[in-house]
Amino acid sequence: MSSYFAMGGYAAYVWPAYIVVAAVLAGLWIASVRTLKAREADLERAEAASPRRSRP
Amino acid sequence: MQRFANPGQFQRLARAVFPWTATLSMLCFASGLWFALIASPPDYQMGESVRIMYVHVPSAWMALFSYVNVAIAGAVLLVWKHPLAELAGRAMAPVGACFTALCLITGSLWGQPMWGTWWVWDARLTSVLILFFLYLGYMALANAFDDPTRGGRAAAILALVGVVNVPIIKFSVDWWNTLHQPASLTRLDAPAIHSSMLIPLLLLAVGFTLYFITLTLIRMRSEILARRLRALQFAQSAVDGEPRQVSA
Repeated sequence: MSSYFAMGGYAAYVWPAYIVVAAVLAGLWIASVRTLKAREADLERAEAASPRRSRP
Repeated sequence: MQRFANPGQFQRLARAVFPWTATLSMLCFASGLWFALIASPPDYQMGESVRIMYVHVPSAWMALFSYVNVAIAGAVLLVWKHPLAELAGRAMAPVGACFTALCLITGSLWGQPMWGTWWVWDARLTSVLILFFLYLGYMALANAFDDPTRGGRAAAILALVGVVNVPIIKFSVDWWNTLHQPASLTRLDAPAIHSSMLIPLLLLAVGFTLYFITLTLIRMRSEILARRLRALQFAQSAVDGEPRQVSA
């Protein structure tokens, strides 16, 4: 098992590469979903404030 | 096609497609990682460091793929003035910038043990770095104006001008004597890569593409809502009799 994680001596390069890819891709997801939720909430609030206008 | 060009229709389409692309990309990631990290052999020259290629190459492809899409969105915006095209460009550019950064970082992590250096100013690496700056320029320009439509148009022009960099990146390894190796897959003859290494590469490439589509759908929905919110606030301030903000 430990020889697997050693990656034939390239552990210091292989694992950081995968970790940084996973971190950036996960971060993009979290940021995108958070923004969408925030915008949905903002729009709901704005629409509640002006009941005359209905959503198209 | 015209039907989906309407923001309301697009919202419905995006919601319907989203679970499929999200699930499929996760399946590709899971199976791709299995092959990339466990079920594929070490390279006879690169050893285990070849595994970096399975995330580096898809990142590089996505960096170019995203840029071409941002540029197409820019062309559609400038020619047909379609509002969804502007939102698409805004939604895709940061994702493309992240893929470009990942390509550069994973490339460095491979270059250090294989070439003995984190970075060289050769044609391939430099042109990809320029691609990264093009993305940053696009994002800065798109948000540099009070009126988002003006920013969107300025950024679209930049994106179109920057397209010349795409073939430069692609052919840099053939045109110049670079340290970076030439393509092993997109050649006219058969790919110079064994199926045991081709499978993880293609699975992760498809996974990256589906993930890009999923993120773009989420981000375009945010952009549509932001635009709707802006219109609502504009109308409200007009109704309330406040001095209407005039954007330049």
